Amino acid sequence: MSDAILTLEHVDVGFATDDGTVSAVSDVSLSVASGEIFGLVGESGCGKTTLAMATMGLLPASATVSGSVRFQGRELVGLAPEDLRRLRGDRISMVFQDPMTSLDPAFSIGEQIAETITAHRNVQRGQARDRALALLADVGIPEPERRYGDAPHRLSGGMRQRVVIATALANEPALMLADEPTTALDVTIQSQILDLLRDLRQRLRTTIVLITHDLGVIAQLCDRVGVMYAGQLVEIATVAEIFRAPRHPYTQALLAALPTQHQEPGSLRVIPGRVPNLIDPPPGCRFASRCPYVMDECTIVPPLAHESADHLIACWLSEATRAAAHPAGAATGGAA
Amino acid sequence: MSGQVVVSDEVAPVQLGPPILEVAGLVKHFSTDRGLFGGGAKLHAVDGVDLQIFPGEVLAVVGESGSGKSTLARCILRLIDPTEGRIVFAGQDVLALKGRRLAGFRQQVQPVFQDPFSSIDPRWRVGTSVAEALDAFAIGTKAERRARVLDLLDRVGLDPSLVGRRPHELSGGQRQRVGIAAALAPSPRLIVADEPVSALDVSVQAQVLNLLADLQRDLRLAILFVAHDLAVVEHISHRVAVMYLGKIVETGPTEAVFRDPRHPYTKALLEAIPRPDPDRRMQESVLRGEIPSPIAPPSGCRFRTRCPVAIERCVTEEPEMTLFGEGHTAACHVARAELQKQDHQRRQ
Repeated sequence: MSDAILTLEHVDVGFATDDGTVSAVSDVSLSVASGEIFGLVGESGCGKTTLAMATMGLLPASATVSGSVRFQGRELVGLAPEDLRRLRGDRISMVFQDPMTSLDPAFSIGEQIAETITAHRNVQRGQARDRALALLADVGIPEPERRYGDAPHRLSGGMRQRVVIATALANEPALMLADEPTTALDVTIQSQILDLLRDLRQRLRTTIVLITHDLGVIAQLCDRVGVMYAGQLVEIATVAEIFRAPRHPYTQALLAALPTQHQEPGSLRVIPGRVPNLIDPPPGCRFASRCPYVMDECTIVPPLAHESADHLIACWLSEATRAAAHPAGAATGGAA
Repeated sequence: MSGQVVVSDEVAPVQLGPPILEVAGLVKHFSTDRGLFGGGAKLHAVDGVDLQIFPGEVLAVVGESGSGKSTLARCILRLIDPTEGRIVFAGQDVLALKGRRLAGFRQQVQPVFQDPFSSIDPRWRVGTSVAEALDAFAIGTKAERRARVLDLLDRVGLDPSLVGRRPHELSGGQRQRVGIAAALAPSPRLIVADEPVSALDVSVQAQVLNLLADLQRDLRLAILFVAHDLAVVEHISHRVAVMYLGKIVETGPTEAVFRDPRHPYTKALLEAIPRPDPDRRMQESVLRGEIPSPIAPPSGCRFRTRCPVAIERCVTEEPEMTLFGEGHTAACHVARAELQKQDHQRRQ
C-alpha cells in the first residue's frame, strides 16, 4: 500500500516470565492506510493490545520487541525513549478503555488538554486554553467554558471518554490508537462515541487503529479489520468481506459463536479446546489444535497470503484451494 | 398485564398457569452518605417494579447502568431488603420468611453472578464450592453428596477430574461453569443470573449460553437473566423487561419487543446495538445526554429528558402501562396516544 501511514513487518513480542518467554505476538505484518479506520479484533490474550503497546513503545522492560514498526516512514523499533515520548501525544495518540488511566484526577479537564498542547507545542497559555475549549466543544462536551475547570470525577464515564478523545486529538495526530474505547460504556453512550469517532475521521482525516473484542463495533465503524488469534494475525480483509465471507477457520468460528435471534438457544457454535499456552506454543498455526480442518501442513506457520487484492489469509487450507485453482502460478506468501 | 403469557418462541414453550415468582410494587431506596450530596439524599434504585416469572421461562431484565436491574435481582435473592413492595415465590411471601423457611427459599432460588469469584471462595477447591449448598442444606449423605458433585460437574461440561482444583487454576469459562454447578446443586426452581456471560470472550460466552439454554430446557428451570447485552438477551430469553432509572418501561415476548418496540427508550436501545453486520450500519444515535441521577429522577416520565418525542404531558404525568399486544406492555404517553388513534381509525 503506497499511502501506508503505519507498517508492521514481522513483529514479535515476547515477555520474560519465571516460567519462560511468553510469545504474545508472533510474526505480525500489516499496514494501515492513511485516513482509514483499521480494526484489530480478537479474544482475551490474542495479543491485540500488546501489538498496539509495542507500536507505541509502551511495553514494560520485560518485553522484547523485534521486527519493524514504521510510522510515516520512520522506524520506531529501537527508537530512543525520548524520541518516542515526543511522538506520543503529538503525531500518535492513544485512547484506552478506562478514561481514568489517561486522566489525572487532580487536574481539571481543561488544564489537562492544554497541558498536552504546551508539552509539544510552543504556544502561549491563552492559546492553549482556547484550543482546549475548541476541542471540548468538538467532542461534544456541552458548555465547554463552564466545564473547563471541572475535575474528571465530576463527569460521567461517557463524558470522560470524550475528554480523553479531545486530549488525544489535541495536537492533531496523524494516527490514533484506540484500545476498547467504548467497552466500559453503556450501549447508548457507546453509540454516541462511535458517532464521534466516525465524525472525527470525516472531518480531520485522522487514521484510527481500533482495538476491540467486539465484532459489532468493528462492523459499525471500521473499513478494514485484522483478526488475531493467540499472537498470530490470521486474516485481514475489508469489513464487508470479513462478515460476508470469512475465510480463516478461526474467523468463521468466532462469527458463528455470536448469539443471534435466528439460532435456537443452546445451538451456538462453540470452539472446542483451549488457546494454547504461549510459553513454548506448538509450532505452526496456533489455531490448529482447535481447527476442524487441521492438516499435516499446519505444523508449519502458514504465510499471510493474498486471496484477493484486499483479503489476506494465513491458512494452509486456503493455500491448497488456491493451488488447486491455479496450479501453475499460485499466490505466494507475503505481507500486506 | 394479564396473568397469561404468550410465548414468542415455539421451540421452548412456557407453561401457562401461576407464576413461580411475582414481584409487586417493589421499591428500593438507598440513603446516600451524609455530606457528600448535602446530607441524607435518597437514591431511587428501584421505584415500583411489577413482574412475574413463570415456571420454565427465561425472563431477561435489561437496562443500562443505573437502571436498577441488579438491585432488583438482589432484592429477589433477598440479599438486600426492599423498602416497599411484595415478592411472592411459589405462593409464599418471601419478605416474611425466616429460619427454616428462608433456608428453603434460598435452596430453590439460586444466584449466578458475573464474576464467579463473588460467589465462590477463591481458596476452596472446585468440589467444595459445588458441595457448599448441599452441605449447608444437609442434602443427602456424604457419599451421595460426593456423587452429586461429580454428576453436576459432568452436567455443566467440566471434567470431573477438576474436582480438586482451585479457582485460579481454571479459565474464566470453567469458573463460570463451577458457579453454575454450585447454583444447580440444591435443585433450584429459579436461577437469578446477574450478567452471567458479560465477562466472557465470545467463544466462551457461546458455551455458557448453550449450557444455560440446555439446563433451562432439560430441568424446566425458570431463569431471571439480568443483562445489558441485547444480542444475548434476544438469543436466550422468552420474555424481556426493559428498565430505565428504576422502572420497567416495556415488557413482553422477546420477539415482539425486538420486532416492534413501543417505548422510545427501547427503540433507542435497540438502535444502539452495534450489529455485527456492516450492511446494517447504525444511524446517528437519537439519544442525547446520559441517564439522569437516580437521586433526583425527572418528574413525570423518567425518560423524558432524553426522549426524542416527549410532549408536555410527560413532564407532569407518569405514564401508565398500556397493553400493545398479547403480554406486550409499555409505559409511554405518546405510544398510547398513537395506539388510541389507530383504534379510533379502525373503528370508523
